[in-house]
Amino acid sequence: MTTPRQPLMQVNDISKMYGGRVGCRNVDFDLYSGEVLGIVGESGSGKTTLLNCLSARLEPTSGSVKYRDRTGDIINIYQAPESRRRMLTRTDWGIVHQNPRDGLRMRVSAGANVGERLMAVGERHYGGIRETATDWLDRVEISDDRIDDKPITFSGGMQQRLQIARNLVSGPRLVFMDEPTGGLDVSVQARLLDLLRRLVTDLGLSAIIVTHDLAVVRLLAHRLIVMRQGEVVEHGLTDQVLDDPQHPYTQLLVSSVLQP
Amino acid sequence: MTDPVLRVEDLYKTFTLHNQGGVTLPVLRGIDLAVHAGECVVLHGPSGAGKSSLLRSLYANYLPQRGSIHIRSDDEWIDLVTAEPHQILELRKHTLGYVSQFLRVIPRVPTLDIVSEPLRNLGVTPEQAEEKARTLLSRLRIPEAMWSLAPATFSGGEQQRVNIAHGFSVDYPVLLLDEPTASLDAENRQTVVDLILEAKTRGAAIVGIFHDAEVREQVADRVFSMQAYKDAA
Repeated sequence: MTTPRQPLMQVNDISKMYGGRVGCRNVDFDLYSGEVLGIVGESGSGKTTLLNCLSARLEPTSGSVKYRDRTGDIINIYQAPESRRRMLTRTDWGIVHQNPRDGLRMRVSAGANVGERLMAVGERHYGGIRETATDWLDRVEISDDRIDDKPITFSGGMQQRLQIARNLVSGPRLVFMDEPTGGLDVSVQARLLDLLRRLVTDLGLSAIIVTHDLAVVRLLAHRLIVMRQGEVVEHGLTDQVLDDPQHPYTQLLVSSVLQP
Repeated sequence: MTDPVLRVEDLYKTFTLHNQGGVTLPVLRGIDLAVHAGECVVLHGPSGAGKSSLLRSLYANYLPQRGSIHIRSDDEWIDLVTAEPHQILELRKHTLGYVSQFLRVIPRVPTLDIVSEPLRNLGVTPEQAEEKARTLLSRLRIPEAMWSLAPATFSGGEQQRVNIAHGFSVDYPVLLLDEPTASLDAENRQTVVDLILEAKTRGAAIVGIFHDAEVREQVADRVFSMQAYKDAA
């Protein structure tokens, strides 16, 4: 509290239009280091559009995304040269897709999926790469006798854990996740949530997580953005937004959750 | 007397139920309260008087419409009503502790990890954090065999004691307690009283709700009557 902190990411009035249709509109927020931000809303509310704009995969129609890198330099994502952006996404960021097939190479081994990320950031020593890969597979609870198997032989939950290992092995500071627990059984979800929670705390990661599952953000996110029809209708501390929702849409969303 | 560490001024909280015809429920109307270091203030009043709503507002779990809740952290005053989320998170980490009525169970996380987590988040070494967690769990009579288990299957009283251990792991300067003794037997109730008295001795400012008159008499320096506010409004 005595040291005024600089935001890790500053999102300034982002809008993305698809022709005349709104993807997302006038989104503004700061993300601080070590914070996990949840973006919730129903299908079609613009969550994924926003995530893609933030993670340098979809240029917004207007507005800016600024990121502070390891050296303290502020990079204006969509103004920066392509090479700088590419370096950033490789060294500082990770992206965990909802569908592991979008984030993994399905026809190379699990070990290679993790190892090639290390090679991309300049690691060359084969023994070291294999050792680090094995260590990471262990951290995401994939036993080491599966290291030479291809991800197509893995279950959905294992594929998702492998995708997380592939993303975290290169030591990113910010991870983007799109419905990381979507499509998984509840028992597998719980295991994955616990794993993510531990990794985020232990590594001091920042993360932006898109989900429609309020229980997921309750467990993982410090702060919440609620989106509806492309706009942010509510923004605040996770437990405050969920326990004392102010906006009619958030109240509807929270009261619609089925309690098992 | 020392300066207060918690200062509530003219606090108003109303719930608006937008999806139920826009009904408004005023729960807090013009609350003023100051709590000093080493002092325990007990909120008192019938069910529905707004005790829990006030306590939750003091943790920034509820968002009041008007007024201020200032909490001193080091030499800085932060107003929970207007603070940014990252300031509140920082405050909750170092300054502001809260024991809720029920443990929110996290799937698969062992008891010892739950209790030591607040200290680990402060940067205390895992060994020291676990040491403190062990001490608290022992004092609260959670058998050692259960420490490595997730509390999902524990009894209500056991979960509540895990929750108390979690809340007392860090020596927070401000501590909020929502009926921490509700589902406990006499022996454990006394342990919680001891923990509260120790926290007062080290200078914690405490605001709590205690239905048990015996507990209330042992810990309270002052009773803050909520009914009076409602009548006066």
